[in-house]
Amino acid sequence: MGVLEDKLPDNILFTNVDKFLNWSRKNSLWYMLFATACCGIELMQTGAARYDLDRFGAIFRATPRQSDLMIVAGTITHMMADRVKRLYDQMPSPKYVIAMGSCANTGGPFYKDSYSVLKGVDKVIPVDVYVPGCPPKPEALIEGIMKLQKKIMEEKNLVKK
Amino acid sequence: MEPKKIYGILSEKFGGKIKQFIESTLPPSVLVETGAIADVCRFLKEGDGLDFTSLMCLSGVDLKEQGKMAVVYHLHSMKQKHKITIKVELDRNNPHVQTVEQVWPGANWYEREAYDLLGIVFDGHSDLRRILLPEDWEGHPLRKDYVYPKRYHTWDV
Repeated sequence: MGVLEDKLPDNILFTNVDKFLNWSRKNSLWYMLFATACCGIELMQTGAARYDLDRFGAIFRATPRQSDLMIVAGTITHMMADRVKRLYDQMPSPKYVIAMGSCANTGGPFYKDSYSVLKGVDKVIPVDVYVPGCPPKPEALIEGIMKLQKKIMEEKNLVKK
Repeated sequence: MEPKKIYGILSEKFGGKIKQFIESTLPPSVLVETGAIADVCRFLKEGDGLDFTSLMCLSGVDLKEQGKMAVVYHLHSMKQKHKITIKVELDRNNPHVQTVEQVWPGANWYEREAYDLLGIVFDGHSDLRRILLPEDWEGHPLRKDYVYPKRYHTWDV
């Protein structure tokens, strides 16, 4: 440790505040228990023992008030879109959104001439990561979460730049 | 029982209110006068040897070229193991028909769906609201002359 050697007690690390905040946020991405279609089944698989999303510090919460991450898993209808927006508004900041699967990305198979399906959840709430697939495999969702973690690590909370 | 025979029983009971027997559909269908549909359905459910206890499907049809709408009832009898289709035709500009909710309670949601997507009004229905689309949606999207809106609430459709 050079000049500081022997001048500090044990268990002290040096980092900057942003990095520390981002590191703690990216490793405690509690996601909301929320699924509207077959992507929800893959989401459950990802959370279950084999793929074990808990490894990333991501555990599900049954209320938006305790969630940091909304994984929009499935088709969103116009009727549901109002509710999605309300749930998003109820989440405390900082909050993130993953659009999982074709329906949440663009409307998917319902894109052409569907009267009831929202053509992509980004028309209603801001989306951080898009995960393609119909439905995406658990590996794909995990990659999406890792992409989001990478994005969180690059955030500037206190330094303006 | 053969559909033809069911048609015979209906004709005997209701006379001129049973208009036509159409063999080309599957199962063969009976065209019924619009005003008589509730009575015919109750008879089909409760009549001797008919026992149509199950309404498999109720659908609305937009027959724009003919200026009509239709409601189609697919019936099945668990006991007698026979099937039949009942049809009624409505005026396209003012589609009204009696509800069959009092005969088969399951018709409730089917009729709400037909109302939501085609705008067919079921007189006597206990709770005729939209079922698939939001309450404040405009128009009925499965009508053939429906124009899709550009925006709904704060987003593009």
